[in-house]
Amino acid sequence: MGKNLFKKVWEAHTVRELSNGQTQLFIGTHLVHEVTSPQAFGMLNELGLKIRYPERTFATVDHIVPTDENKEPYSDALADAMINAMRKNCKDTGITFFDTDSGKQGILHIVGPEQGITQPGTTIACGDSHTSTHGAFGTIAFGIGTSQIRDILATQTMALNKLKVRRINIEGELAPGVYAKDVILHIIRVLGVNGGTGFAYEYGGEVLDRFSMEERMTVCNMSIEGGARAGYVNPDATTYEYLKGRPYAPKGSAWDEAVENWKSFASDEDCDYDDVVTIRAKEIAPTVTWGINPGQAIFIDENIPDPDQVPSDERDSVLEALEHMKFAPDSPIKGTKIDVAFIGSCTNARIIDLKEAAKYIEGHHVAPNVKALVVPGSQIVAKLAEEMGLDDIFTKAGFEWRGAGCSMCLAMNPDKLVGDQLCASSSNRNFKGRQGSPTGRTILMSPLMVAAAAVTGEISDAREVFGVLEPSGV
Amino acid sequence: MALDKITKIIGKGVYLAGDDIDTDRIIPARYMKCITFDGLGDYLFYDLRHKEDGSEKDHVLNDPIYSEACILISGKNFGCGSSREHAPQALYRAGFRAVITEGFAEIFFGNSTQLGMPCLTVNTEVIQKLSAAVKRDPETIITIDMGNLKISIGDEQFDCTIKEGARESLIAGTWDPIGELLEGVVDVDHMAASLPNIDNQ
Repeated sequence: MGKNLFKKVWEAHTVRELSNGQTQLFIGTHLVHEVTSPQAFGMLNELGLKIRYPERTFATVDHIVPTDENKEPYSDALADAMINAMRKNCKDTGITFFDTDSGKQGILHIVGPEQGITQPGTTIACGDSHTSTHGAFGTIAFGIGTSQIRDILATQTMALNKLKVRRINIEGELAPGVYAKDVILHIIRVLGVNGGTGFAYEYGGEVLDRFSMEERMTVCNMSIEGGARAGYVNPDATTYEYLKGRPYAPKGSAWDEAVENWKSFASDEDCDYDDVVTIRAKEIAPTVTWGINPGQAIFIDENIPDPDQVPSDERDSVLEALEHMKFAPDSPIKGTKIDVAFIGSCTNARIIDLKEAAKYIEGHHVAPNVKALVVPGSQIVAKLAEEMGLDDIFTKAGFEWRGAGCSMCLAMNPDKLVGDQLCASSSNRNFKGRQGSPTGRTILMSPLMVAAAAVTGEISDAREVFGVLEPSGV
Repeated sequence: MALDKITKIIGKGVYLAGDDIDTDRIIPARYMKCITFDGLGDYLFYDLRHKEDGSEKDHVLNDPIYSEACILISGKNFGCGSSREHAPQALYRAGFRAVITEGFAEIFFGNSTQLGMPCLTVNTEVIQKLSAAVKRDPETIITIDMGNLKISIGDEQFDCTIKEGARESLIAGTWDPIGELLEGVVDVDHMAASLPNIDNQ
């Protein structure tokens, strides 16, 4: 009996078993950002501990960075203190830091892969729950808390419980206008926001095999929204093609050796899983959330649930969501007026996301009274997009073209909803207050669906608005 | 590093109704602009407890009769969302020493355990009984026995569960693993030497 990738990576990184039965797991690469790490550096100082392997940690700033202008000092003194603490901590300890003037800064989960830092068969940890994104490369990647950042800085290891593995097959072919974002929103809808508790998700099947690395990252990114601590795709030719030539990827003869090594980590054909779920791609339509967690999602042509028609243990949650969203039960979501359209975040701010939206937005214009933003995920994504003229397409269509950062995904920077504004968003969380206003409302969807909502001023089916006839990636 | 052995938690409780209470609700991101965890307790459940003008809402967590509560009782999938340790830190700094729910999101569970704040899981019926008891009488004393995994109020006793590894480290006073991780550094160095390093040479 063969082994799955999770088991192989776990075994290769197990230092020893701890007294409580947890594993002391070696973390190959550690990523840090300005929000969750300063306290960890403080704890190390208090304990008199040094950073054991500074060369295995990489940092940038993303959450608090203003995206409208890159000028310091920031008007927000707290944000200014955070970026300067990050700089100082990296300088003092020898950690590689992709600063705002490096041309490489951006959202960590976009920067790691584009620098070639994210590599198959390794473990990655970062004080951010969307670290699962890196799993797209056949990496086991964990979101962690600040005390665990301290543990990794001090020992390059952390204490963890082994996870079970659920294989999720997406078989067949996606219809035109259906994207990776729809796939993961559908998976979460089907399996539930806590369905993945105790599991790592291994995504596979024909759809994942065909997906680009960017699309695989979108899927893995939201594993945590389904309760799974990690999510991954087995490495294959697409993975190696993406990594080849990137700054931190192995070079020369080391490249061939690395690829052989990476291949050895892919799940064996005869391996077993703790659970297997198969979903047929043709059943998935463009998906949007209607509530206050990512599992509260429906297809664009479905109606918002009726609390009287749902299982009794879900009734209170549905009522709470409807109250916050100000939606009527059993009404269509299509046609709901929006105030803000946001294309960005570690889920959907990569070059293919921007290209796909730009391809259809040309010749259209953002509806009156809609504030529309495109926030590239990294400075490199921004540069690539500008070289392709995407910034012009977006600005001509009435979108604001911004600098790299997390922006309106979580509103730790000036980009926030105001009052009960409703935002069509390509981000990953629709929690109450997530986008900066306690009464703000978020509807999650693919970047093209955000573009469609921006031009019509209401939640719309992008396939109808833009006449989408081609499958994604064409 | 000597840590408290967490064998029993005894104190008053407060019930926060709802499932899927996420970490953005426990501590909204805009209050995470800080470089220490000091003072986070003030922003615990901020948007649940405050109106947009900053004045207090009529909310159970603002009610002075629950001001001494150190055990939080809530619904399913508590602590879902972000990995921010700021969430359990805010709870701890606001005086909470244990959380009892119908289930926890995994990162929140781990972060809480590592602070020495046990997360206990019980069934719906027990949540109903505990919440009814603290609503009826806020002075109700809840006792959580980590040794035999029983929660008691008065003469009534209920079963609870927690991952065995977490239970062991809490009662042994090894819930912060840094000491044990440091003991393994020789093995770590061997492994580091055998695994590829990422560099841009």
